[in-house]
Amino acid sequence: MTPIAGISAAGAVFRGAFAQNRTRTAVGVLAIALGVALGYAVQVINQAAINELAQGVQILSGDADLEVRGPRGGFDEALYPDLARMPEVAVASPVVEVDAKLARRGDALRILGLDVFRAGFIQPSLIATAADRLDTLRSDVLFLSPAAMRWLEVKPGDVLPFQVALADVPLRVAGELVGGGEQRFGVMDIAGAQAAFDRLGRITRLDLRLRSGVDVAAFRDRLRQWLPPGIAAERPETGLAAGVSLSRSYRVNLNVLALVALFTGGLLVFSTQALAVVRRRAQFALLRVLGVTRGRLTALIVAEGALVGIAGSLIGLALGFALAQLTLRWVGADLGSGYFSGVVPVLQLDPGALGIFFVLGVAAAVLGSIVPAFETARTPPALALKAGDEERAFARLRSPLPGLVAVTMSAAATALPPVAGLPLFGYGAIALLLVGTLLLMPRIAALALSLLPTPGRPAPQLAIAQLRGAPGQVTVSLAAIVASVSLMVSMAIMVASFRGSLDTWLERILPADLYVRAADGGDTAYLTSDVQAQIAALPGVRRAEFLREQQLLLDPSRPRVVLQARTIDPANPSRNLPLLGTSLAVAAGAPPPVWVNEAAVDLYGFTPGKVVELPLAGKATRFTVGGVWRDYGRQQGAIAIARERYVALTGDRAVTSGALWLAEGSDRGVVQASLRREIPDGERLEIATPGEIRDLSLKVFDRTFAVTYALELAAVVIGLVGLSSSFGALVLARRREFGVLRHLGMTRWQVGTMLATEGFAVSSIGLVVGLALGFVISLILIHVVNRQSFHWGMELALPWRTLAGFALVVLAASTITAIASGRQAMGDDAVRAVKEDW
Amino acid sequence: MLSIRDLCKTYAGPPQRTVLVGVDLELVSGDYVAVMGESGVGKSTLLNLIAGLDRADAGSITLDGVELTTRDDDMLTALRRVAMGFVFQAFHILPYLSVAQNVALPLSLVGVVREVAERRVAEVLAAVGLADRAASMPRELSGGELQRVAIARAVVHGPRLVLADEPTGNLDPDSAGQVLRLLRDQVKAGNAAGILVTHSRAAAETADRILMLTRDGLREPTHG
Repeated sequence: MTPIAGISAAGAVFRGAFAQNRTRTAVGVLAIALGVALGYAVQVINQAAINELAQGVQILSGDADLEVRGPRGGFDEALYPDLARMPEVAVASPVVEVDAKLARRGDALRILGLDVFRAGFIQPSLIATAADRLDTLRSDVLFLSPAAMRWLEVKPGDVLPFQVALADVPLRVAGELVGGGEQRFGVMDIAGAQAAFDRLGRITRLDLRLRSGVDVAAFRDRLRQWLPPGIAAERPETGLAAGVSLSRSYRVNLNVLALVALFTGGLLVFSTQALAVVRRRAQFALLRVLGVTRGRLTALIVAEGALVGIAGSLIGLALGFALAQLTLRWVGADLGSGYFSGVVPVLQLDPGALGIFFVLGVAAAVLGSIVPAFETARTPPALALKAGDEERAFARLRSPLPGLVAVTMSAAATALPPVAGLPLFGYGAIALLLVGTLLLMPRIAALALSLLPTPGRPAPQLAIAQLRGAPGQVTVSLAAIVASVSLMVSMAIMVASFRGSLDTWLERILPADLYVRAADGGDTAYLTSDVQAQIAALPGVRRAEFLREQQLLLDPSRPRVVLQARTIDPANPSRNLPLLGTSLAVAAGAPPPVWVNEAAVDLYGFTPGKVVELPLAGKATRFTVGGVWRDYGRQQGAIAIARERYVALTGDRAVTSGALWLAEGSDRGVVQASLRREIPDGERLEIATPGEIRDLSLKVFDRTFAVTYALELAAVVIGLVGLSSSFGALVLARRREFGVLRHLGMTRWQVGTMLATEGFAVSSIGLVVGLALGFVISLILIHVVNRQSFHWGMELALPWRTLAGFALVVLAASTITAIASGRQAMGDDAVRAVKEDW
Repeated sequence: MLSIRDLCKTYAGPPQRTVLVGVDLELVSGDYVAVMGESGVGKSTLLNLIAGLDRADAGSITLDGVELTTRDDDMLTALRRVAMGFVFQAFHILPYLSVAQNVALPLSLVGVVREVAERRVAEVLAAVGLADRAASMPRELSGGELQRVAIARAVVHGPRLVLADEPTGNLDPDSAGQVLRLLRDQVKAGNAAGILVTHSRAAAETADRILMLTRDGLREPTHG
């Protein structure tokens, strides 16, 4: 019996696909795997960090029904008895929460001051069981979570010094908390915390447990009317959402970048499939002749892509999890951004994320196969059987209408506002522009090729003729490279613009000779009025300006805005602030001015001239927005107020930092030494020159963008591999042509020159289109995505050198690829290939 | 003009396969011979060896006194470019060039100036009956027309030797007849020598003489 088992249409298709395109199939699988791995790794790390934050909030807030929150610095504790007495309230637990600066360390520890008799009802896991039960009430005693114990390397009985103002406040570690998970924090008696951290008469939070049967939402709404300005009652999860929202744009941006790598992988599958399918056109036509229906043929070709997607997704998920583990170990949970510093998450296999990225990987590959599949199934077999008909397969790509529609929609999308704080239409605009340009590529390629001069020598002449004769195939090769070049270019322009603007901004905001801070972290260190006076009076200091930073709650669903009380010349505020445009002259009788950053305009509608109410010292005070200043430090919104006005309204004379102008001839080193020597506890002061601050800021900037660069690089590598893969496929499909040319007397060198010319011309077109497209995308990134994500503007800057270097690398890589592919295809096989019919 | 002496070729395999043993052939200008033989006997290999596209294991091939078997690839390529023309079974007209451009390709490769090349292409296209199709693209032509373009390309640069490998294998009998007549006429008109490899007795009979390639070499067929 003849063994014919296993002979089927599917077998014929798949065997043809994978046997004839083993390398290219493997490249497709790897491209999808890389895209899925990057996307999944970013997602799993972000999710783990957020889960950890959520767990922290859960532990610290216990099972409170409502949280009453206000400024970061706290609010009057007199509110506590009033609220506790309300009939709806079963338990009210006051909390003082501070990020206490650890003396002689660069870090701060979150400390919760609790009333143990109240907190026991709401946060029982935070009540320590001490050997000496009075320790829970002692004012100089602290209990640490297990994670904090490990982190600080302390044991019960040790003393931990904290910095308050510039002085040491020692607290004894009395024991370890039972709960706390992986969160680093400490708990102490509320009165002790108020005394130790200079919060007398103030609390930062009130946790409320309501009596059963009380409608929480209705009570919350009543409380809102009753509470003083700047204080809000919300469910604990609202606070978490507000905290998480600060990092959301960054996280979403990284996710989108990772998906770009997957998109490029999908394009690579498209070009591989499109060219492979064209190469096997006659084979498919034969299957149609033998009775395979159009639908079945389409399904089989799409299934080919799906198999690539399934393999790529499975490899990608495993790779992504491993990558996430390595990233957590080497980079940290914040992926370089600083949003989640101190969070130590544990990675978990979330079936939802696994499923989503598996489906995305398969979808990218399937979408890459659909167009070639439909085209193949639609072609009449008689036409497809005819040799030399390959270019006809791409004819359908030539209609400019879909491309023009996509580009027009992209332009419209740039004008739309953010959705839930995210620039979804901005991302949509970029995707539409990219897809639209790719759809227009046959036209663009044909136009570009028609503009190229016809070379005089036979080899380049043939190369240009070949490209002009096959713009469809050129387009397919170009898809992945145009996408990745444009995305790389746009990111390079955006990052260069951002970095340049940041540098200019730093120059403007650092006009003094020296800067001094009470500490580089936490909210317990400050400079008293005495210290300020001593600093201002130091020999060599010509002028000193001080700044107080506070955080105000304007909207409980958002992070607190930063209030900067600083020296501002009302006649010329741009001397002190990097104003965008001019400051409005406030009319006589109008409320006094404040100046806001761009984020405050976007988030709160604080436009110049508008009268706004700010909660200061428990009272709503009216101000006129005098102008907008550029600020790359506070995406949650910031407001600058003249310090003397702030002091008059609040009585708060403490400051967090100061800028010093030195007298002519004074030496910075000498003044720094005097600061440390002459000021009590002056060795605690953080002193820096503008240059040092600038360097540090730019270093932080570069670290933040390191992951971005890595993701972009991955997209470009996939793009280059895509170009190489599709070029290889094209060259292989042209073996007979090379055989004929060798018969006609073309040397191997000439055939190589022809291919190099083709590679150079194709990649040049890809580069020019990619550069132009990248420039337009960078404008969307700068003016739409960044603005809507982070609420800051920037000046456009083109990194010519980086772009030129990048262009050279792409040109060289693609030309070498073309030559290498040619070498492979120019062996003796090429001579023999002239005998092949198909 | 073309002299082949004791030519041998074995493919290493596996399995090792000897295709040519002791092949001798003498052609002078204007000779037009047909080579017939069973499939796999080495007819195409013989053409490849003559064209310098493959290396013989033993024997000699001289074209106008130039020994080909000892020349390097670049010299053979240069010789092929100037002195040889090819016609293939599958036409192999470059799909992205027009008919005239395809025919002009050998002239372009030898560096003939454009005006001269244009005149010569027009002449040859007229000779093969395609004067009015110069600007057409290959996809617009029938199989017979494509093979006439191939013949024009094979003779446009005045080669000393024209090698045709099954030139009518893909054509209907009417077109095949026209192509064979044309091929012979063009070879003769250019005072070149021609070798026609074919399975078809009718095609072979258009040549001046017929040779049979067998395991024992190239022989005149025994009649009767």
